[in-house]
Amino acid sequence: MSVRLTRRMVLAAAAAFGLTAAALPGGAATAAEPIKIGTFLAVTGPASFLGDPELKTLQMYIDSMNAEGGVLGRPLELVHYDTGGDPNKAVTFVKRLIDQDEVDVIIGGTSSGESLAVMPLMERAEMPFISFAGSKKIVDPVQKWVFKTPHTDTMACEKIFEDMKAQGTTKIAMISGTDGFGASMQAECKGVAGKYGIEILADETYGPKDTDMTAQLTKIKNTDGVQAVLNPGFGQGPAIVTKNYRQLQIAAPLYQSHGVASKQFIELAGDAAEGVRLPAAALLVAEKLPDSDPQKPVVVAYKQAYEGKHGAGSVSTFGGHAYDGLMLITDAMKRAGSTDKAAVRDALEQTKGYMGTGGEVTFSAADHLGLTLDAFRMLEIKNGDWALIQ
Amino acid sequence: MTKAEPTLGGGGVARRRDTGLGARLMRPRTGGLLVLAVVICLLPLFLQNNFQYDVAIKIGFNAIVVVGLNLLIGYAGQISLGHAGFLGLGAYFSAITVTKLGWPPVLSLVLAAAVVGLLAFVVARPVLRLKGHYLAMATLGLGIIISIVLNQEAQLTGGPDGMIVDPFSVFGFTFAKAWQWYWLVGGLLFVAVWLSLNIIDSPVGRALRAVHGSEVAAEVVGVDTTRYKVLVFVVSAVFASVVGSLEAHYIMFLSPNEASFFHSVELVIMVVLGGMASTFGAVVGAAILTALPQFLTFLEDYEHLIFGLILMLVMIFLPKGIVPSLAALLKRGGDR
Amino acid sequence: MLGEFMQYLFSGLTSGAIYALVGLGFALIYNASHVINFAQGEFVMLGGMSTVFLSAAGVPLPVAVLLAVAATAVVGLALEKLAVEQTKNASVVTLIIITIGASIVIRGAAQVIFDKQFHTLPAFTGDAPINVLGATITPQTLWVLGVTVAIVLVLQWFFNRTLWGKAILATSVNPLAAKLVGINTNLVLLISFGLSAALGAIAGVLITPITSTNFEVGIMLGLKGFSAAILGGLGSPFGAVAGGLILGIVEAFGAGYISSEYKDAMAFVIILLALFFMPSGLFGKRGTDRV
Repeated sequence: MSVRLTRRMVLAAAAAFGLTAAALPGGAATAAEPIKIGTFLAVTGPASFLGDPELKTLQMYIDSMNAEGGVLGRPLELVHYDTGGDPNKAVTFVKRLIDQDEVDVIIGGTSSGESLAVMPLMERAEMPFISFAGSKKIVDPVQKWVFKTPHTDTMACEKIFEDMKAQGTTKIAMISGTDGFGASMQAECKGVAGKYGIEILADETYGPKDTDMTAQLTKIKNTDGVQAVLNPGFGQGPAIVTKNYRQLQIAAPLYQSHGVASKQFIELAGDAAEGVRLPAAALLVAEKLPDSDPQKPVVVAYKQAYEGKHGAGSVSTFGGHAYDGLMLITDAMKRAGSTDKAAVRDALEQTKGYMGTGGEVTFSAADHLGLTLDAFRMLEIKNGDWALIQ
Repeated sequence: MTKAEPTLGGGGVARRRDTGLGARLMRPRTGGLLVLAVVICLLPLFLQNNFQYDVAIKIGFNAIVVVGLNLLIGYAGQISLGHAGFLGLGAYFSAITVTKLGWPPVLSLVLAAAVVGLLAFVVARPVLRLKGHYLAMATLGLGIIISIVLNQEAQLTGGPDGMIVDPFSVFGFTFAKAWQWYWLVGGLLFVAVWLSLNIIDSPVGRALRAVHGSEVAAEVVGVDTTRYKVLVFVVSAVFASVVGSLEAHYIMFLSPNEASFFHSVELVIMVVLGGMASTFGAVVGAAILTALPQFLTFLEDYEHLIFGLILMLVMIFLPKGIVPSLAALLKRGGDR
Repeated sequence: MLGEFMQYLFSGLTSGAIYALVGLGFALIYNASHVINFAQGEFVMLGGMSTVFLSAAGVPLPVAVLLAVAATAVVGLALEKLAVEQTKNASVVTLIIITIGASIVIRGAAQVIFDKQFHTLPAFTGDAPINVLGATITPQTLWVLGVTVAIVLVLQWFFNRTLWGKAILATSVNPLAAKLVGINTNLVLLISFGLSAALGAIAGVLITPITSTNFEVGIMLGLKGFSAAILGGLGSPFGAVAGGLILGIVEAFGAGYISSEYKDAMAFVIILLALFFMPSGLFGKRGTDRV
């Protein structure tokens, strides 16, 4: 009895396996009309508030580019997958994009971990890749096929330290999130602090989902000689730090990072956000830029387009990274006159003076980031809004 | 806790004393292994590219861990919500010693397994004294502590951003192609299933089933349940560690996500979905849960919603898991 | 250094009160069904997010809170009716997986219905911190603590003094016997799920001004709440509260006096040690095995 049953089950199992394999979404190459742009983003998971605006931006601009006739006379097609922020999943999805979907280029990678994990695949596939993640390791050392749009964490640290130095601040405390963003920036800031003559007296951390940071801040408050406090982190953590900071009535100025660069931070932290300083791309203060600023038209246009579709105050610099990535890659395709991977890569590397939401980008064989420290602006939160310093 | 059903891998049938070769082949244990071998050998005919190989390889990796975990959950009746911690430890041990210290990968893999096994052995006794949800909490806590250490010791592990890992090479031969990995993992899966079936069929295994049925009754008849539970805990941790080491080399990148609480939960879901106390159920559970998300991507924003619904529906209608429930259905049909 | 000590204590109380409030929901469902509901954190998220979106849609805040709590309770009822009740004889592990599935469904629905951004609510009675012995505490923390205490008292009264409460306890101790003496055990289960969902939602509304909320906030809160309930001893509302406060205080003192990197690890080490010496938690009933 049981013997017969077994054989039947065995057949069923085999059939199921066969079906699974055969039904894995097929990679039949079509007439190759549309240009396929692949992307993998952390649309869910702890970095979803970065990945979400990135995806929305890509979808919005690909639609509008297609309405205007596409690129090289061909429509654009976006193939996107949600990694949940997991590098392991990112690797599988990038293999899918390369081998199964046969995309022409890949842009994306919300977190540094995802981007770093897929870089060897991109090199092997010889396909241009523009990352949206912060880590310096993505472009240093330069890899032939890998570019990125956001400023590095190191640049954020340098911009902040520049400002501190100008204020005569030499002794600071740090309180960093233990997520990828916070930990990476914490390490980078410690690395460059000496260059600016800044000494870090206290170095505290908090978990990305923690509910109260007054313990760490009390330690900082009781550390003698702290002239300013820096909080690298993203998500709700910095908002809680800021509220706790005011609760403890710490007098030293509080610096946040570019990780809080969306209106949301001000909403979450409320009045406590007053006086907080941070480095951010010009996008946040689009309308407040002087008319002479060459970046103004770009950032105002992006801000109005994004907020027109997704509501006032919804724009963030994170979506801007995706905008820059899409514009850079399509611009390179136009200049290359084809979607040939090597030609597009070469054209991309020759990008000169592209004006994006992150700043003016000029790539070279030795620089696949192409931004300078000037691209960052120092902002201060005043009356519940961003204000340019200087 | 329900009593373990006789299933494909179960001992109830296997104890029949058929001696002829034909009869032996028809025995579920041998028959099941045969099917597994056939599936592993034939699957590449359907795999068209690197991505599909990648999914197959990841199914293999997960299946090995889940086969080990199933010994613990399905047969010994002990839940573990921290197994990804063992996997992560093995992975980081290999990644760090091979990539930073230049050790031979095979040596690192074996040493990692030994270290993880020892750790599991040390914590097993106090942890396994706990029952039910308290055991779940303790294993969960262990896993989370490991994952916190891996996140924090950035000098060694690269922190939350992860680290790049050297490829896997044995005596100068480097595993670089997807098909090479496929055969390595497929072979290991076969060995893991064979080992697992042997453990289930051994005196230890029978003791284990007694434990799941009723620990007190088993002790009354003189079975040293603790010893067996510890043994299975160590075996399942070693399976996880070996997979962790290999997977780090395969992906050539390692992040603390591998050791996260979510990964632990994912592994338990694979065990329960496929069918507790069924070795082949474990393989099926791993296959379904690894491949399913790839089929659901077209749902975009609704992907997680539908995934959760599928999981709930399967568990509501097949509460014993897919393989045992289907086996019971077929059996009823066969009896008619 | 009294000020420092007091501040760590307040910090611990703030986190601890949140964990305690979430832990109470676990205790309630466990009391009725011996089920650990891994979707409990999602109830907390639903309470907070629904209130945020209802009040953004123009509903006055108190009405929004009531609607949010009611809506979450309905989700809890549906979870019991449509899923848990359908699997009467399933093993504990199967039930755990079902509630994990439910948590994935609720999160998946929330990301579609709401959004993926963080949101907050105004503090009930302002943000001005209160000074005590050189340390500060926010009024909202007092709200969380106060409501937690009130809920524990109500639950104690409910379980010990009312027929319904006794029915729930009876069902938990021995479902068959409860049925025999005429208790509608299905209804008891249904009510306990509805109640603990409502409780979760109230927690969500109370803590949102402190922590802010988004569609994934339930994962970590659920984990901490579960830890609190286990540390205190399953099924004891008082234990869940004690467990939550201990966890919060260990984290805060750990961060303050030892190392903020390892404060969460310290909390879990404490739980492990406690379980090694008291395998049924601090206030749990010593279990005897049914053979």
